[in-house]
Amino acid sequence: MAPPLELEINGTKYPVHSDPDTRLLTVLRDELGLTGTKYGCGEGQCGACTVLIGGSPRRSCQVLLGEVVQPVTTIEGLEKDGHLHPIQQAFLDLEAFQCAYCTSGMIISSLALLTQKPNPSPTEIVQFMQGNICRCGTYPRIVDAIQQAAKSMEKQPR
Amino acid sequence: MSTLVNKFTQEPEPERYEFRESPIHHFALDRRDFFKFFGAGIMVFAVVKNGFATQESGGGRQNHPEELPKEITAWLHIGEDGSVTAFTGKVEIGQNIRTSLAQSVADELRVPFESVRMVMGDTQLTPFDMGTFGSRTTPTMAPQLRRVASAARDLLLQTAAKEWNTAPEKLLAANAKITDPASGRSTTYADVARGKTLAQRIPDEDPVTPASAWTIAGKSLAKVDGRAFVTGRHQYTSDLRPAGLLYGKVLRPPSFGATMASCDVSAAQKLPGAVLVHDGNFVGAAAPSETEADEAIAAIRAEWKETPQPSSSELFSYLKLNVETSDRGELTQSGSIEEGLARSAHRLDSTYTIAYIAHAPLEPRAAVAEWKDGKLTVWTGTQRPFATRDNLAEAFHLAKENVRVIVPDTGSAYGGKHTPDAALEAARLARAAGKPVKIVWTREEEFTWAYFRPAGVIEIKSGVAADGTLTAWEFHNYNSGAAGIGTPYTVPNQHIEFHPVRSPLRQGSYRGLAATANHFARESHMDDLARAAAMDPLDFRLKNISDPRLRDVFQAVAKSFGWPAKKTKPGQGFGMGGGIEKGGYVATCAEISTDDTRGAIRVVRVVTAFDCGAIVNPDGLRNQIIGANIMGLGGALFEAMAFDGGRITNARFSRYRVPRFRDVPDMEIVLLDCKDIPSAGAGETPLVGLAPAIGNAIFDATGVRRTTLPLAPRA
Repeated sequence: MAPPLELEINGTKYPVHSDPDTRLLTVLRDELGLTGTKYGCGEGQCGACTVLIGGSPRRSCQVLLGEVVQPVTTIEGLEKDGHLHPIQQAFLDLEAFQCAYCTSGMIISSLALLTQKPNPSPTEIVQFMQGNICRCGTYPRIVDAIQQAAKSMEKQPR
Repeated sequence: MSTLVNKFTQEPEPERYEFRESPIHHFALDRRDFFKFFGAGIMVFAVVKNGFATQESGGGRQNHPEELPKEITAWLHIGEDGSVTAFTGKVEIGQNIRTSLAQSVADELRVPFESVRMVMGDTQLTPFDMGTFGSRTTPTMAPQLRRVASAARDLLLQTAAKEWNTAPEKLLAANAKITDPASGRSTTYADVARGKTLAQRIPDEDPVTPASAWTIAGKSLAKVDGRAFVTGRHQYTSDLRPAGLLYGKVLRPPSFGATMASCDVSAAQKLPGAVLVHDGNFVGAAAPSETEADEAIAAIRAEWKETPQPSSSELFSYLKLNVETSDRGELTQSGSIEEGLARSAHRLDSTYTIAYIAHAPLEPRAAVAEWKDGKLTVWTGTQRPFATRDNLAEAFHLAKENVRVIVPDTGSAYGGKHTPDAALEAARLARAAGKPVKIVWTREEEFTWAYFRPAGVIEIKSGVAADGTLTAWEFHNYNSGAAGIGTPYTVPNQHIEFHPVRSPLRQGSYRGLAATANHFARESHMDDLARAAAMDPLDFRLKNISDPRLRDVFQAVAKSFGWPAKKTKPGQGFGMGGGIEKGGYVATCAEISTDDTRGAIRVVRVVTAFDCGAIVNPDGLRNQIIGANIMGLGGALFEAMAFDGGRITNARFSRYRVPRFRDVPDMEIVLLDCKDIPSAGAGETPLVGLAPAIGNAIFDATGVRRTTLPLAPRA
């Protein structure tokens, strides 16, 4: 058996035994139990499986384990010492979800956006988030939540 | 053909595609078990009112004091620590009833909202329920839980009054406490419940708090467990990982109607760790990882015999040619169409078509099954936990008591999660493997092997008098369904008929059901009639409406939208649509713009006025209305299943377009909160006015009447 690969996820280093050809999404969910990242389509079209790799948003269903060299951030890594990330807080405050199955991917994509562009316009938000599907149709609230998060992150940078 | 006169306009219509079945009541616990399981305290339950009432044996009757009746529909338990738990067989699928039902319970029981916990959709812990569909939770389950909570409050008051040697009417219940204003004495619900094992049936007559006096219901309280969803901690079915879990996959036929000619699983069986099952038509594999399960399925050598299947290009002629001749149709009739047409000044004759569409819930169908000591437990995202339990019991020849179905709060359903497929597959594989097995359908499986909203053809023949009064209305719906088929407009001469068809695709329930198709056809046609009568579409509708609530929503939407609107730029168009469905009243106005160079249609603005009686949670309701409209936008503009040779040819999100951020118009919601009217459900009806409003706006902009759903398939 090959020696385990090492993945850094949310600041913790994990030995990983899955085959390097395994999709990152499968490794996160099935081997490491980080089930906050969701399967939605398997073709990078819905955004439910979005994670950050080295700070960039990636569809984890389209990334193979062996390709990952930079640290990974998943939804589980956003809450710090019992405090929600401002984006999580904004989604919660505005109830920007219904069934919430898309929410992890929405929040991670929002984080990528606000990291690149701390104060996006609604048009820029729509443009950036176009690859994330919410079948329940909570899009307007998600746009509002991202704007609210942008404001609170401006006041209190993390 | 059965004749059911004037049936459609009276009651919310039960839908043939709801997969109806007779309820099989079952309640495994007796009173002693109950308190052993849930702890001492006070328990109050509601019983269905039907023929079984005479056989009831519970509720403190002398003959069998420990037995509880078998027709319980909801119950509530107040523990010795004052914790309140309400039990219902309904399930949470994103429509937010875990929150709204808890609001009703807290409101009626007079306890803080936070102290109420809902136990939902667990066949061992909750009472029997037909399923979560048809917008029935708010109009039926919420009042039942209210009556249960009211009876529990009465029981607490009586118990305290007895201890204090006073009359219950002299005591007050508020904020989980009972006080005696005369003596100043006070006690908590917890103290009253302590050491008791009281079980009581709710009385037949017991008034509940009117909506005008609600304090916790009627408010925009935040979704229960919201924090678990934004942190990714909530465990959907597809997230469960019991110890020893195997991953299951099923071998699917290459096309609809294909039968297996031969199947060789020997190579697959040799793969280490794989468990193969070949049982009748079912061939599946379970393995320690999803990859290995996929490899096992790929190693199966199967040959199939395929049969000719219709394609989507010939769908509508196929539907007209394959009408069922059996006695399953529904017809409502009054007056004479001939006479009505003879009296008309303008006559119209139109045909509308409706494509099959997919629910596409973001969490695909999923199940985890585990066998222990001959008993089966299945976690699955279903709208019908009890039917799923019964299906499992039947499939595996088990007593129902030995099957438990648990529904974790689910990644949406929209009417798409009624069938037990994933549960059966996981259970079959788990039995062979002797370990728990999880099945999560792929997106392609979800788009192919689930079921679809029925396609349909609708034909309307109508007449209108010179003054704009409707004189004749003949309406035929082929296959798409009878929900919302009756016209809410006053027409003396009507013939409204639903014709079942042998559907080429598996079809079933869907958010809004056929009401979307029937409203699309009717309200598109009403617009053409208004033009024929040279009337404004709003004035024309108002002239033919007698129901004041429908009039109110049309007037409310017109006011907020600014109807009639003036065109200020080329390619602009305005339209309206509305109706009555499942006890709710909706009217929608839409503004669209067309791009002449590409023929693309963009919905710019949507205003929806909605009246569902007394509102339980205004913010949750707004979320539902906006969501219903955005989901409805897909079916209105571009969603359609494409199929050929028994294969779905667009079974992926890259080929099946659903609404995304960029498709969202400016939206405005007008809520008519009618506190004196019982609450109707709100998850479905708000979407039925949208498609005709858009279609009518397209006509306004272009002069072209589009009669197909979707309206702009290549948009």
